[in-house]
Amino acid sequence: MNYSQEHLLYLKKQKRQSIFIHCMRIGVLVLLLGIWELAADLELVNPFITSSPSRIVLCIVDLFRNGSLLFHIWTTLWETLLGFFLAVLIGFVLALFLWWSDGFRKIAEPYIVVLNALPKIALGPLIIIWCGTGSKAIVLMTILVSLIVATLNLLNGFLATDRGKIRLLESMGAGQLQILVKLVLPSSLPSILSMLKICVGMAWIGSIMGEYIVSKAGLGYLIVYGGQVFKLDLVMSATVILCILAGVMYGVISLIEKRVVKHKA
Amino acid sequence: MSEILRFENVTLRYHSDNGETIAVENLSFELQSGEFVAIVGPSGCGKTTVLSLAAGLLPPSEGKVSFFGKSFGYMLQRDELFPWRTIEKNLFLPLEIKKLLNEETKGRALSLAEKYGLGEFLHRYPDQLSGGMRQRAALIRTLAADPDLLLLDEPFSALDYQTRLSVCDDVYRIIESEGKTALLVTHDLSEAISLADRIFVLSKRPAKLLSVHTLDFEETEPLKRRNAHGFSAVFESLWKELNV
Repeated sequence: MNYSQEHLLYLKKQKRQSIFIHCMRIGVLVLLLGIWELAADLELVNPFITSSPSRIVLCIVDLFRNGSLLFHIWTTLWETLLGFFLAVLIGFVLALFLWWSDGFRKIAEPYIVVLNALPKIALGPLIIIWCGTGSKAIVLMTILVSLIVATLNLLNGFLATDRGKIRLLESMGAGQLQILVKLVLPSSLPSILSMLKICVGMAWIGSIMGEYIVSKAGLGYLIVYGGQVFKLDLVMSATVILCILAGVMYGVISLIEKRVVKHKA
Repeated sequence: MSEILRFENVTLRYHSDNGETIAVENLSFELQSGEFVAIVGPSGCGKTTVLSLAAGLLPPSEGKVSFFGKSFGYMLQRDELFPWRTIEKNLFLPLEIKKLLNEETKGRALSLAEKYGLGEFLHRYPDQLSGGMRQRAALIRTLAADPDLLLLDEPFSALDYQTRLSVCDDVYRIIESEGKTALLVTHDLSEAISLADRIFVLSKRPAKLLSVHTLDFEETEPLKRRNAHGFSAVFESLWKELNV
């Protein structure tokens, strides 16, 4: 392809800008970490309370050496993933029912509104009594936190299906099942994916919250334990690992989104 | 010529919390097969409702709608092509819905596409086609299940003027050469005059049949008709009827 000089210049400028943005992003991180480290090393702040990047790294290496790091990560990760998948699955089925029947949707509406507004942590004691203090309770908390959000997001996606396209299918004699399979599900793909993104965040909230209430292991447990014994290095390390895990999970879904949603209207 | 669609004293009322609206009142007409009929009327007069009634999407409140053909195809204002399907898969949609998808019907749909210049676009997605091409694809999709009556709901109104004239010409040519009956709803008088054998004029809501114009131009193609002697006379008389 032969581009004009002006266009080549434009492309160059765009590329330079994108490199600049990426450099600045990393730069901001390095700067913040540097200031933090320096302030802690020079005892401008009390590193016992603020911890520091080097102490966090040491703490993580330590945890890794004594073998507990992967155990804690794995515990939280599977609780989160299991809760996430169950919530998405149940939410999907619920949203389908709510979409299918107007009557059912209208009857269920006030219940959903109340459940959505209810702070799920209020159910903590009930969950402990019903499910005990094991992982079951944490997975249940994760589901509770994500489920309504998943359901509502999906339902809104289903209900936003283009009226004209529904009319087109109706004119061809399509039944509701055909409309669902041929039109509503494929056209909701973008909202299904954005629902997944939101649910990643919700699932982490749920599992960490669950571990705050009851747990013997996991990153949330490390944070609570670290806070109780005043080991801020531990608190910070667990938080950093959480950031990375949540970021990776979000990234995976973004990648899927890019691959799946190609042709928009 | 045989009768393909008949409305007998059809009335339709819409019900809502704010009361009821009479959309169509005591409407009677019949369509002969092979005809191209245009329905014109002021906007919001219930023209689309007439098509919904004809398609059986709405049952009439009173009166009777009889359809004597095998099947009909419905073409809407926008092309409503599914963006996640290729043009080819879009063309197969009515066949899938009607559970008629087999090698023979596929072959017929594809040969229609080939014949009317969509051949090279079959494996493209709708967002890669121009507005005119998309509307043409929508027409071929409508024809894919071999309907004998076409219901056209302002199929050109979403296009820009230039494209509109050429797509209008296209659609006429395709419908004519496939020997289909068409019922077109439009608010564009010149479009109606350039396409139709007969024009039904509807009144403001509730829609009643004001008059029927039978057009006998020597010219058949829409673009030539627009320049035909007598075109403006018909236009004027329709204009007057709609503005009393």
